Amino acid sequence: MTTTTTATTTRPTVATVWLDGCSGCHMSLMDLDERLITLAGLVDILHSPVVDPKEFPQSVDVTLVEGAVSSEEDLHKANVIRAHSKFVIALGDCAVTGNVPAMRNYWDRSDLFDRAYVENAQEPPTAEERKAILPLTVVPPLRPRATPLHEVIKVDLYLPGCPPPADAIWFVLTEFLAGRVPNAMSVSRFGK
Amino acid sequence: MSAVTSTTQSITLTIDDKAISCRSGETILQVARENNIDIPTLCYLEGLTVWGGCRLCMVEIAASPKLHAACATECTEGMTVRTTSPRLKQYRKMIVEMLFAERNHVCSVCVSNGHCELQNMATKLEIDHVRFPYRFPRMEVDNSHDYMRLDQNRCILCARCVRVCGEIEGAHTKDVKGRGVLSAIIHDLDEPWGDSQTCTGCGKCVNVCPTGALTHRGTAVGEMTKKTEFLPYLTLMREVKL
Amino acid sequence: MKPEELLAMADKTSSDLDRYEHRIHVCTESGCISVQSDVLLKNIGEEVKRRNNQDKVCVKGVGCMGLCCNGPLVRVDDVMYQFVKPEHAGVIVESLSAQPIQELLCDTGQPFFARQKLVVRDNSGRVDPESLVDCVAHGAYQALLKVLTTMTPQQVIQEISDSGLRGRGGAGFPTGLKWSMVAKTGGRDKYLICNGDEGDPGAFMDRSVMEGDPHRVLEGMAIAAYAVGAENGVIYVRAEYPLAVKRLTKAINMARRHELLGPNIFGTNFNFNIELRLGAGAFVCGEETALIASVEGKRGVPRPRPPYPANYGLFGCPTLINNVETYANVAPIINKGAAWFAQIGTEKSKGTKIFALTGKIRNTGLIEVPMGIPLRDIIYDIAGGIPDGKAFKAVQTGGPSGGCIPAELLDITVDYESLAKAGSIMGSGGMIVMDETSNMADVARFFMEFCMTESCGKCIPCRVGTYEMHELLDRICEKRGTPEDLQLLKDLCDMVKQTSLCGLGQSAPNPVLSTLRYFEQEYQNLIAEAQAARGQVTQAITGEHIELEVLP
Repeated sequence: MTTTTTATTTRPTVATVWLDGCSGCHMSLMDLDERLITLAGLVDILHSPVVDPKEFPQSVDVTLVEGAVSSEEDLHKANVIRAHSKFVIALGDCAVTGNVPAMRNYWDRSDLFDRAYVENAQEPPTAEERKAILPLTVVPPLRPRATPLHEVIKVDLYLPGCPPPADAIWFVLTEFLAGRVPNAMSVSRFGK
Repeated sequence: MSAVTSTTQSITLTIDDKAISCRSGETILQVARENNIDIPTLCYLEGLTVWGGCRLCMVEIAASPKLHAACATECTEGMTVRTTSPRLKQYRKMIVEMLFAERNHVCSVCVSNGHCELQNMATKLEIDHVRFPYRFPRMEVDNSHDYMRLDQNRCILCARCVRVCGEIEGAHTKDVKGRGVLSAIIHDLDEPWGDSQTCTGCGKCVNVCPTGALTHRGTAVGEMTKKTEFLPYLTLMREVKL
Repeated sequence: MKPEELLAMADKTSSDLDRYEHRIHVCTESGCISVQSDVLLKNIGEEVKRRNNQDKVCVKGVGCMGLCCNGPLVRVDDVMYQFVKPEHAGVIVESLSAQPIQELLCDTGQPFFARQKLVVRDNSGRVDPESLVDCVAHGAYQALLKVLTTMTPQQVIQEISDSGLRGRGGAGFPTGLKWSMVAKTGGRDKYLICNGDEGDPGAFMDRSVMEGDPHRVLEGMAIAAYAVGAENGVIYVRAEYPLAVKRLTKAINMARRHELLGPNIFGTNFNFNIELRLGAGAFVCGEETALIASVEGKRGVPRPRPPYPANYGLFGCPTLINNVETYANVAPIINKGAAWFAQIGTEKSKGTKIFALTGKIRNTGLIEVPMGIPLRDIIYDIAGGIPDGKAFKAVQTGGPSGGCIPAELLDITVDYESLAKAGSIMGSGGMIVMDETSNMADVARFFMEFCMTESCGKCIPCRVGTYEMHELLDRICEKRGTPEDLQLLKDLCDMVKQTSLCGLGQSAPNPVLSTLRYFEQEYQNLIAEAQAARGQVTQAITGEHIELEVLP
């Protein structure tokens, strides 16, 4: 078998995905600071909000997923991630518990939309205008409930925290690279 | 003092392979804690009557096919107790997970974040996620009191507030309404807290609440800390008076 | 009332009754009243009066005669009529001097009646529950008289112990032992409680006893009170039983008026009073500590045991708490002797048990059968088998705390031990029969929904556990379940059973566990269907082209 990328394929591949979250978990990842340089030497980051590729790779060793599953697009992404990742880590409280995105679950979607797009409008829209205003087309439809990642796909490791501290992310990644399954609860907790 | 010594007997028992002696009438939980053996609890609070609702303190007793709540089981001579086992650990995890699934414990935006007994319990029991389907119920927040707040989203129905209000303060403002997962803490006959004629405003309920359900108003995320030391003191004072 | 007065009343009423040439008994319990047996009774009375036959024909409303599905039932001398309508009153009275009415005849020789053994329901269908004198004429309060005048409390307890009677509320605790525990406690204030908070879906045994023969319950309680040394009794009845409440109230008032309750009963120094407390309809209040809290006026939630009510019960006093049917067994045991009672039933389960037969069977209603009768005989003989040519699938005994027994175990005998071995319980006596059209996961979901809504909410395993089990069962039944859901359900069942505070939670998983034990394949099939549907989705995703940014 011939290939031009023998050097990179021997290294573990990593992807990070941003579903319904505030990106705080990715910020925390950025907070690895100079350790990012070390990380870049250890793994290939194939897919991430901070790198360019738009398509999810065919095969990834570890995928870190931030955010709850809120829309149909999130659900689709989650299924794609699961199908193409060997190991899926739920990164942060939104992916682990639903957290803040799931706080909308106490209301109906139509009530939510009205609150966001109708009640706060400077001039109350007519019924016709309301239809046009609400984000019901073009953007992916909201699911009835925002759920934690493991309610839609199998998750291999949970790293709670809001956000999980950079040290915790570093610990989990390095443990994993060393071939061990880390105990995330020794370094983080819900709401940290 | 002589009256006490004449009615209490000394009992020897084994907890987690440790030979221990205690006085008759003491519960397994009391004796275990006196001997630095940790048994997790959420509804138990020294100074209040035993409730037996959280079921986290279930322990195994040799020769008994059932599990026993350590808070409600008195020590008996020769008893052999095991406070932890893979099975008990699994049960305790499930119980705490169920609490998270029952209501909306959004730690990250909770005033008790970092000072919450439920949150700490999850960490202690190494709960990294909740296996059960979340309920996501829509719950009320009672903001009607001048300086205290009841947030039903964070309530675990341990009834510490109900007990402290009735047993220590003697007001019995708080009680429980409803059944099953629809149970909820109420004031008087389910009136807004601020309208209560019986509430003395003592604030004991806030301090015994293990989570962010009962808090002082004007606290931001992570700012609410609780003080429960007053309880054993008050109980002791009451006993001395008697 | 003095002893001789009771005997005189019994003699006089008996001879009064003997003077009648004909007797017409109309069932006036809730089941038959729902199909207008009260109107029928009134019509028959009027028809008799119109013919000026009041002195020859005795017309009275009586308790349940068992075959509720064919009600209203009317017994005219030796024949029984079924499906009687109010307009039949005339022909029935007419038939007294002619041949029985063929089209209304109910065969009393059929197994439904022939296979029964009546101990508790001996007088049901014979006495007028609203008439003390009628009950006395049929032997009521004779056992109390015997106990108060010839026996010591220890002898009474010994007699009950020797009879082998076990609690009929469900758990089957030996009654004699329970009584002796309360009798041994010191202190002057003791209480007696009769648990009439029957709450299982499809169960109405206790209601029938309270509606059909209330004095038997009062008498049993008085005997128990004498045995354990209590002076105050409470009957806790659910308010959803208005007729039982009415008849018990009337019975208590009449017994008080005739000094069969109150101070110095039969001229002895034994005092006993009974008051009625109504439950507001909470299943958990059938649990003894929750019931006690409710009687005390508190929220009806259980508390950890020990201390048991025998030591620390109502208002902190030693309390004897037994089920309606248990108390109703006492008078026959005293009258006929422990040895007579002990020869009915099996070695460990003595006497008879009342069952409420419901579901997919021909004969629904109340039966009283000797313990140890094969389940098959109940289903196929007494209940008449499954209608519409369907096959029997399972029978649920013990209500939401019990379990399902499948067809292959139909030959087990009905007693405490065999039912427990089969993964179910005797329970209070509900029997719900299911045919081949029932889905067992759905049956488990039904019972779990009941437990979920009836959980008091005090302990977490029961409060949230029943909710989560119901949610998982819902997923499985609606074909959204995964193998992981099934495993989680099993784990939950185990945890809730082991850690719940009271019997409600500890037994709530039983319907799931027993249907899993015998019908796991049905759960697996539902999950396989769900998996197949999901598989198609996954296949689409693992295809070559992956486009994340744009959704169709």
